Amino acid sequence: MTQMPNLVPAYAEIFLALSGLLLLMVGVFRKTDPVRGVARLAILAFSVAGVLVLTTNAVAVTTFSGMFAVNAFTSFAKLLVLLGGGFAVFLMLPWAKNEGIARFELPVVMVFAVLGMMMMISANDLISLYVGLELQSLSLYVLAAFHRGNLRATEAGVKYFILGALASGLLLYGSSLIYGFAGTTSFVGLASALSSAQENVGVIVGMVFVISGLAFKISAVPFHMWTPDVYEGSPTPVTAFFSVAPKIAALCLFLRILVGPFDDLMFQWRQVLIVICVASMLWGAVAAIAQSNIKRLMAYSSIGHVGYALIGLVAATPEGARGMIYYMLIYLFMNVGTFAVILSMRVKDRYVEGVNDLSGLSKTNPAIALALTVLMFSMAGIPPLAGFFGKYFVFVAAINAGLIPLAVIGVLSSVIGAYYYLRLIKIMYFDEAGEGLDKPDLSTGVVMGVCALAVVVFILVPEPMLAGADAAAAALFQG
Amino acid sequence: MIAAAIAFYVFATMAVIGGLNVIFQRNPVHSVLWLILTFFNAAGLFVILGAEFVAMILVVVYVGAVAVLFLFVVMMLDINITVIREGIHKYVWAGLLVGGVLLAELVTVFTSWVMFDDAASLSTAPTPDPNVITNTEALGNILYTDYVYLFQAAGIILLVAMIGSIVLTYRTRTGVRKQVIADQVARRPSDTLEMVKVESGKGLQ
Repeated sequence: MTQMPNLVPAYAEIFLALSGLLLLMVGVFRKTDPVRGVARLAILAFSVAGVLVLTTNAVAVTTFSGMFAVNAFTSFAKLLVLLGGGFAVFLMLPWAKNEGIARFELPVVMVFAVLGMMMMISANDLISLYVGLELQSLSLYVLAAFHRGNLRATEAGVKYFILGALASGLLLYGSSLIYGFAGTTSFVGLASALSSAQENVGVIVGMVFVISGLAFKISAVPFHMWTPDVYEGSPTPVTAFFSVAPKIAALCLFLRILVGPFDDLMFQWRQVLIVICVASMLWGAVAAIAQSNIKRLMAYSSIGHVGYALIGLVAATPEGARGMIYYMLIYLFMNVGTFAVILSMRVKDRYVEGVNDLSGLSKTNPAIALALTVLMFSMAGIPPLAGFFGKYFVFVAAINAGLIPLAVIGVLSSVIGAYYYLRLIKIMYFDEAGEGLDKPDLSTGVVMGVCALAVVVFILVPEPMLAGADAAAAALFQG
Repeated sequence: MIAAAIAFYVFATMAVIGGLNVIFQRNPVHSVLWLILTFFNAAGLFVILGAEFVAMILVVVYVGAVAVLFLFVVMMLDINITVIREGIHKYVWAGLLVGGVLLAELVTVFTSWVMFDDAASLSTAPTPDPNVITNTEALGNILYTDYVYLFQAAGIILLVAMIGSIVLTYRTRTGVRKQVIADQVARRPSDTLEMVKVESGKGLQ
């Protein structure tokens, strides 16, 4: 007889799956204001799942026949994803009140998306990787097309779906080549097969396919085409979600798979990743300059940030991994804060998205202007703010790994990128004041304030924020 | 042995011919019919491999459900194939380039194919001897035990797909008269009928 699998490491996932089912029922049967009721419960579910992740954090274990791994790194990544998801749902509360298109399925699908991301992060087998990825992607396709009456949203959904299906196909095809060589899909088995065997064209081609599939999910150049359209077409809280949670999950998965089973092919994947990384940084910096819609601007900005985070991965050292984790932590706060600002861009009870709607904001609403200024300076990497340290750690890791040209390109492209971040500040402080924005909702203002504050005080108290990241990076390289 | 070889070549050839016809038919309905033929031949190939369960699933799910759905969709949508093919000359070179690169890659991969020496020992669930246990039973043994995690996860994926398709298509329409059986059953004569004694010589007022 087979034994019952050890469920303790997967408590958080099981809880989230069950609460997703429960929320669906609550949404169906609740008569008054189901959207916000379900959204509040979703935030509660994320918090409880976070506590469960923390309590099952103690040791590195695998379960479900070795398909599901938990260690300090996966726990940290899951906490980041849950935090991103929680912030996005929290931002949805005021938005749902103001905008008629919200429906209770929105937070429910987000819960399932987060579940998929957590499964991806914990994947310890190519099949469980694919299953988690697919759960995540399918939920995201639905979220992208959610505003179904809108032409842009429909376009975004269809584009994302077709390109995403193609990326999943690439990933599966690559996995099949790898499986064909090694005879196993488990990460442990792959690691031993790839370390003891000679280099083989089939495996390398398979690995490149897998990398392409994952690069699509993190929207790295040249797999980024869908990003601006999806960011623009999705409802803004969903865009906030898109810009943090899936990226963090896919980047963590990237890190786990490349320094895990594919560690011995580092020479091969490093070349591919350097190209992806450089292209993302440069294209993210250059293409954003001409954007006039702030959500499209944030799309290109996120492409650039993925490039910087990938530097840590290319370095392939514990230091690089640590830098990448820091970067994602800081990126989470910067991006959520910026989207809180975008969600407070309302003129006469209508959401606006133009960059020029911010003109003269320093006179009409100095608090928002200040918050956005801090966040933009941080994104540009101006020293005392958190964004600077994110970039600093990955660049130092790259230099110590002997990748000086990569670090130089990173610095140059962040200088180019600084232009459009600073342009927003210039528009707010030096342009003629427009109509001015409506007073922001309390919860949007709270998120904005918390994120801006986190970015500012990072330099004062980096240790508590970074201790978890250090432990996570150490766990990744242990085995 | 020779019978198996002949069967393989027959199935394989038919599958390739069917696949080509799926692309080159002018009428989309014919394409779907060729697709069904391709599925049948692929099922035949699976039988030769000794994977009869997968073969049957292919017939039941793909031929029985997916292809029939395709047929419905194709018949319901008015697809004009000439309009779709209008821009094809513009993209044919890009398509050929991508296809060529992919073909070159495949040829390189499969001509230099080796398998890792210890691959058989690494396998999580090696194929059992078909004389001892049937294919279907062997799958059942691991699907709900070793692979229960994936089984449940696949269930959640399907649930999300269902929620998604409902969210993106369902509309509540107003002014539609629907039959509510509970209302009909609960209806009593006293709700709608009024018994009136009509005196002789007088009409109802």
